[in-house]
Amino acid sequence: MNVLNYISNLAMPSIILLIVIYALKERKKAFDIFLDGAKEGIQIVFNIFPTLIGLFLAVGALRSSGILDMIINVVEPFLNIVHFPSEIMPLAMLRPISGSSSIAIATDIMKNFGVDSNIGLIAATIMGSTETTLYTIAVYSSSVKIKKTRGVLGAALIADIVGIITSVVIWTTFLN
Amino acid sequence: MLNIVWPIFIIISFIYAIFSGNLEKLNFSIFESTETAINLSLTMLGTMCLWNGIIEIAMNTALIDKLNKILKPIINFLFPEVKDNREITSEISMNMIANILGLGNAATPLGLKAMKSMQKCNTKKDTLSNSMLMLIVINTASIQLIPTTVIAIRTSLGSENPTAIVLPVWIATILAAIAGITATKFLIKMNGRNK
Repeated sequence: MNVLNYISNLAMPSIILLIVIYALKERKKAFDIFLDGAKEGIQIVFNIFPTLIGLFLAVGALRSSGILDMIINVVEPFLNIVHFPSEIMPLAMLRPISGSSSIAIATDIMKNFGVDSNIGLIAATIMGSTETTLYTIAVYSSSVKIKKTRGVLGAALIADIVGIITSVVIWTTFLN
Repeated sequence: MLNIVWPIFIIISFIYAIFSGNLEKLNFSIFESTETAINLSLTMLGTMCLWNGIIEIAMNTALIDKLNKILKPIINFLFPEVKDNREITSEISMNMIANILGLGNAATPLGLKAMKSMQKCNTKKDTLSNSMLMLIVINTASIQLIPTTVIAIRTSLGSENPTAIVLPVWIATILAAIAGITATKFLIKMNGRNK
């Protein structure tokens, strides 16, 4: 654990260090170049901001209106047939749409069912192996003002579903 | 996509809130959404500028050529349209490295930089190009070596072995990425547009 932590903490500083050393070695104007790049960053955030507001409004509404819970209740019986643990379902459904609330739900699941229980381990594996798909697509597309996304949501959701099912199968079948 | 998904999300949740008596919660969440967006954007503004700056330096050194050489075969396979564009492949390489190292904060600015460069040679400016599709799907699959956030949560909850999930995460994320890449390749073939 400590070794892994140490490596994680080492990653970011060593990348910056390596780049700066290279710039110095090649006698580049490191700071001027840095400023040029940083200015570009402002423009990117500026382009994304309206998308974020709109997205958070919709996702917040889905969650607070209770419709998400309702959908989960409806699909639960079907999940039981295929032996998909229904405790995981809220996380599986929220994971692609909201990063902050899926962290909250995953933490909640780990706390309630035990962090080292099967359900807790599945929740953690799902969090580690998937991304906030909707958010990623919206941010990437809107940063270059693109509206037509050619079914990228479908392809990305297939990846999420495979990730989620694999997480469940690993802990219920192989490591039990 | 969002032109359809977004109104649907809003309409069904607003109607459901009225019938389920959750109007108060809905009101709260409407105001909360602007706050969340502001907070995230401010955080993002910082990391975005920082990493764009750092990467700009890297792009001006020989370091990026070495990195490109290592990732070349993978990038050629995933991004055949842009494989000869040094600027774009460099940005994709950096984005991949940041993802693999679990530096989500760094990966997004790098990915968006690559999107910007790809847009320059995109023939239809309002539609995602093939390379953009692939870049987005790879970023949603989040291939990472060390899932730092989850390990941190597990540690804080007093797990006996917080890193026990690392190997399962690798397996799940690799399978997810393969599925995503296959689906994207299929998608590109199906609606066979040029770039």
